[in-house]
Amino acid sequence: MTDAAQPQPAPVTARRTTGASTATLAHLSAATATRARNLIALYPEPRSALIPLCHLAQEQEGWLTPGVMVDIAALLDITPAEVLGTATFYDMLHTEPVGTHVVSVCTNVACLLNGAVELLEHAESTLGVNAGGTTPDGVITLEEAECLADCDATPCVQVNHRYVGAQTPESFDALMADLRSGARSSDIPSHGTLNRVERTTGLQADRGQIAAERAVTAEAQSERAATAKQAGS
Amino acid sequence: MAITDAPKIITARLNHPDSHTLERYLATGGYEGLRKALTMTPEAVAHEVDTASLLGRGGAGFPAGRKWAMLRKNPVTYLVVNGDESEPATFKDHLLIERDPHQLIEGVMIAAYALQVSQVFIYLRGEFALGLERTQAALNEAYSHGAVGNDIFGSGFSVDVVVHPGAGAYICGEETALLESLEGKRGFPRIKPPFFPAAIGLYGEPTVVNNVETMSNLPWIVLHGGAAFAALGEGRSTGTRLFALAGHVNNPGVFEIEMVKTTFHDLVYAPVLGGGIPHGRELKAFIPGGVSAPWFGPDQIDLPLGQDEVANAGSMLGSGSVVVMDDHTCAVRASWRITKFFARESCGQCTPCREGSGWLEKIMERIETGHGREEDLDLLLDACDNISPGLSWPPQQTTICVLGPSIPSSIGSAIQMFRDEFLVHIKEGGCPFD
Repeated sequence: MTDAAQPQPAPVTARRTTGASTATLAHLSAATATRARNLIALYPEPRSALIPLCHLAQEQEGWLTPGVMVDIAALLDITPAEVLGTATFYDMLHTEPVGTHVVSVCTNVACLLNGAVELLEHAESTLGVNAGGTTPDGVITLEEAECLADCDATPCVQVNHRYVGAQTPESFDALMADLRSGARSSDIPSHGTLNRVERTTGLQADRGQIAAERAVTAEAQSERAATAKQAGS
Repeated sequence: MAITDAPKIITARLNHPDSHTLERYLATGGYEGLRKALTMTPEAVAHEVDTASLLGRGGAGFPAGRKWAMLRKNPVTYLVVNGDESEPATFKDHLLIERDPHQLIEGVMIAAYALQVSQVFIYLRGEFALGLERTQAALNEAYSHGAVGNDIFGSGFSVDVVVHPGAGAYICGEETALLESLEGKRGFPRIKPPFFPAAIGLYGEPTVVNNVETMSNLPWIVLHGGAAFAALGEGRSTGTRLFALAGHVNNPGVFEIEMVKTTFHDLVYAPVLGGGIPHGRELKAFIPGGVSAPWFGPDQIDLPLGQDEVANAGSMLGSGSVVVMDDHTCAVRASWRITKFFARESCGQCTPCREGSGWLEKIMERIETGHGREEDLDLLLDACDNISPGLSWPPQQTTICVLGPSIPSSIGSAIQMFRDEFLVHIKEGGCPFD
């Protein structure tokens, strides 16, 4: 990442904005915004789309810039602070710039037993960054990861959350060279692109029927609450 | 004890390289279970699952049929599938999601029909980029095939399924944290009671949360009957189960094994399973069910792979992941790494877990790196006791969820089994294995 990608202070906005259909978006592209609105339509409550929208924004920007968080907030009719508050909980959502390739080296117990710490030390010394750091050319961010659920291929490494198989120091060096030369760009898209398969259909079940079900549920719940209150008194 | 020739219930298709495609799925009996279920009443489908006595495969081992029964008394609104597999050394759901997503979707549809819900969310771990793509592609195919969506296979029953990505947080595998996350919030577990998902779940409405492997068993159970499933295994542990074997073994991997009939010894040493420990080394210890479980020593290697059998021996089968440590392993280092994991993944809501995990990690680190003090062992156990009073198994709880009480498992085991090793670290001012 270049200096231009350094975080800019978020513009001050009204606490509540106007929501999915009418929000004016300054940072998300028209294409991203369309995909975002399609995602929001899949959920009974718009806010459920927050994490998927953060992934979309990272696909566009590589990380969650203050600007895209403002746009996400506008789409979901929540505040930018609420977007930030959720995003900072999750390891995969980056509120600071990262490289085009996030390299995650697992050192949890199954990998620890099979040379992961040595691999991470090798990675740190050859890349010249500590875990958590980004190489000066902005290509590689190195992470020490928790278990990545591929424990029969240890030490386990992911690049942009795609498995690259068990690594030795030698194969790791070759992998880094491939990332830099673009030789892996077809199977490892740049950071932020998580799911390249788009959903091809909207919701099909009758929304009226679901609304009726929810009404029944609400009724049953209030009946139960009344019964519980009676039993308690 | 032996390796039985029980049928492969959920891994039958995986030897095909295209096992994730609709074409292969249909060629190998795919969606026949759903078609059969749709000819039955929802109650009859639920009854088959109850008869199968299918214990939930997520970690807690709660019978799926009973979980559903609690829901069937009241109208259910949502079905949520837990595919946030993050327990260290657990990698079975990863396999099912990437290699057989249609089986998962068919299981989900059967469950949705039995519970009569019309909205399903499949929450997948964010780090499963390929799994997310495979599952979304399979779901697109399933919609086109008429197996999901409006009027499924002409039955009049309609369901929508949404694949939802997580974003990297171990705690979101805890079902109430998962629901918070699905609502677009930080993954903070909710306190139970009152927030049992069956009563107050997603958006405050009754919700069933089931694991990926649990769902993947349903097509077979419906096709062959719950009784056929219950005939496998023994006692409460029915059917087959996926065991993820990792650590110091020649042949790590995921194996589908009939429950109870096979032992940990078979799993680790049988040539067709783990294939033994490399370099002719000896077994030092093994973790029987994910890093939240207390460790076992070589004297417990002949225990059967059964839920109650392992529980009665003082640990848990948990998520079905077995980690093998050979005699060159430093118990302090392994336990420190597990503690570091919990310290990093503690959500921070409850003081005993948030503070305790950090303290424990620091003390473990200083012992491993040669700066330990003799009183550190008592200090460790005292801090553990503050998180989980009495250090009993199953653990007592001072926290909202079970992450906290899971922290003492590895520390307690390591101190109990390898106290001398801790003392050597402290006396010699360093790790004897370095």
